[in-house]
Amino acid sequence: MSNPTGGRLSTLAAAYVVARRDFVAILFSRSFIFFLLGPLFPLLVGGLAGGIGAKVQQNVEPAKLGIAMTEFDILSMTRARHVLAGKLDGQVPELVEVRRLKPGDAFDPALAMRDTKANLGAIVSGTPQAPVLTGPVDRVERWKGEVELIAAEAAGMGPKITPVVTMGKLTGSTADTKRSRVVTAQMGQVVLFLLTMLLAGMVLSNLVEEKGNKIIEVLAAAIPMDAVFLGKLFAMLAVSWVGLTVWGVMIGSVFASAGQGLGSMPAPAVGWPVFFGLAVIYFSLAYLLLGSLFLAIGSMATTVREVQTLSMPVSMLQLLNFFFASWAMSKPGSGAEIAGAVIPFSSPFTMIARAAQDAALWPHLLGIAWQVLCVAILVRLGARLFRKWVMKSGPAGTRKRRWFSRKSKNAAPVAA
Amino acid sequence: MMKLGEGPMTSNADAAAIRPLAIEARGLVKRFDGFTAVGGVDLAVPEGSIYGVLGPNGAGKTTTLRMLLGIIDPDEGLRRVLGHDRPHEVAHAIGYLPEERGLYPAMKAYEAIAFLGSLRGLPLVEGRRRGKELLEEHGLGYAIDRQIRQLSKGMAQQVQLLGTLVHEPRLVVFDEPFSGLDALNQGKLEKMIRGLAAKGTTVIFSTHVIAHAERLCDEVAIIAGGKVPFAGAVDVARDRIRPQVRLETRAADGPWRRALPADARNEGAFWLFNLPESGIEPLLRALIEGEAGILSLSIERAGLHDAFVAIAGEAAARALEEDKPEEPR
Repeated sequence: MSNPTGGRLSTLAAAYVVARRDFVAILFSRSFIFFLLGPLFPLLVGGLAGGIGAKVQQNVEPAKLGIAMTEFDILSMTRARHVLAGKLDGQVPELVEVRRLKPGDAFDPALAMRDTKANLGAIVSGTPQAPVLTGPVDRVERWKGEVELIAAEAAGMGPKITPVVTMGKLTGSTADTKRSRVVTAQMGQVVLFLLTMLLAGMVLSNLVEEKGNKIIEVLAAAIPMDAVFLGKLFAMLAVSWVGLTVWGVMIGSVFASAGQGLGSMPAPAVGWPVFFGLAVIYFSLAYLLLGSLFLAIGSMATTVREVQTLSMPVSMLQLLNFFFASWAMSKPGSGAEIAGAVIPFSSPFTMIARAAQDAALWPHLLGIAWQVLCVAILVRLGARLFRKWVMKSGPAGTRKRRWFSRKSKNAAPVAA
Repeated sequence: MMKLGEGPMTSNADAAAIRPLAIEARGLVKRFDGFTAVGGVDLAVPEGSIYGVLGPNGAGKTTTLRMLLGIIDPDEGLRRVLGHDRPHEVAHAIGYLPEERGLYPAMKAYEAIAFLGSLRGLPLVEGRRRGKELLEEHGLGYAIDRQIRQLSKGMAQQVQLLGTLVHEPRLVVFDEPFSGLDALNQGKLEKMIRGLAAKGTTVIFSTHVIAHAERLCDEVAIIAGGKVPFAGAVDVARDRIRPQVRLETRAADGPWRRALPADARNEGAFWLFNLPESGIEPLLRALIEGEAGILSLSIERAGLHDAFVAIAGEAAARALEEDKPEEPR
């Protein structure tokens, strides 16, 4: 007579039942409206955290001035730069030898700017008496004075008589590109971080609400706790994808209506399509890592207050992870960046920043594989903790009763 | 190591031999932070029976039921539910109404029933259809499209009860099902439980109100201090106490007094004592021969409450008395 149309649910099918309920419930809840308003918060927080961003930008290796002259002139210019750097408190750009020319050698500074892999802002060529400064407009304008002073010192003219600097203005440089990509990397990290924190918080509230509603026992009796855990985790992920799609369409519409495309924004090194793909993957992995941790914590808590107390240290640690990843971003290829990519909770942030700064794709394959492994381990551990704790934490009254009954038992054991 | 179903049960083995068991548990132990909530529970619930788990609050009833349902795992002992060692394997054939009722407040009544069914493997579309049907059948048709938060506590409880049964389970477990219900709804629930058993469904429920168990149950398990001092038929529990004889005589004194057992006590016009082991006939003969002038004589069988007191002890009985059922709201 039992249930002729149904049957035993597998863990995945049970997880789907929970996820479907949660997905629909959240999608039509007020919290989803707040979630949709989420993109406004990064703007606010971004503004407030501008100091951190500026610091990171400062930490990025400063652009250098390339030099292509004869050996003697290079030596003269280098010595002059050294003298001036002492006088001007290091405000003079560092010189990097691009090419040592012999008299009569042809040199195309624009071509050299395009081909160089060094962090060059501009190139000075010609002679100290008649220097030619080639680079992007803003950089050439900014460095014109410094180059005049260096050239005057090198030519032995003194500070009052300076040579005329011929300016060759280009449309871009490697340093500017790098700087722009840092902005993209920063944006990627901030959006990723805020989204994951927002979602993890939502999944936690959802669980606490269910514990408050006493629904969790109904779920626990019907399906394995692993299924409840997975269902809740993935429902929120699915909700976030809906949110991301909505935002994507909205932001795209705004850009389209303004007649601008992504071309006007600093392009990431891997290109926009790959960057977006990686962003979705890293976001999903970052959320699954943090969400499973938060769910495990939520299983131990009974009230919102307890949740706040328990989740605070984790939130703070995650903030530290984010700051670490932000800092590591300014040191590409360093040990710090590798550490950032290896530590599971900072890995998604570090890797999305890398995607903005470096075109190589293989580190992402490695990074994603590593993060998937970490997610699998953490989800498993989280589910185990969840199963252990979620039905253990009862109302305070029950604990009190148990405590009293233990006391009375000690006083006069009940004969059974 | 002996497996469940192989050895004799310590309690109601006779009943188990007659009918297959829906639930079989042996030596279930559960500790929380060093505190033993359940200290070795044996149960054998025959299929198609109404089985009561009796005990005061904190005796270990809910923990026992949770272990039987697989909500928590026992630290020690074995359990077998509908022939499976893992209760979740037969979750689709079980219905469970926990003591602390819980539904999603924003869900509509019929959706809530369908959701509870879907957790037990009932397709959502079928669950919705049955949910509407059940609500109509139980006089709650007007609440079909209402959100749970818009229903009274009693109505929400009824919705959850229907959700517990929507997938037509073979085994239904109720934890304190009568608490929070008014007298009318308690009567309805008793009728529903009898109806389920009549259709062959096994019903197991916990309660600290002995009257419900006495009216409904074929068998009971008495839990006190995390152990089961008795499990078996209600009649067997009652038979643990000898029936009381209530005698009224015309003669105040005489040779017949020698026929009274040593435990006989006088209360007004009556003499009260336990029925002698030799039975009523020798006593009657002695009273007549001793010219007692019998005005009335009744043999009163012990109630389940008296049996509970005798089995679980005075302390547990007092605790049971203290846990009065909630006032109807």
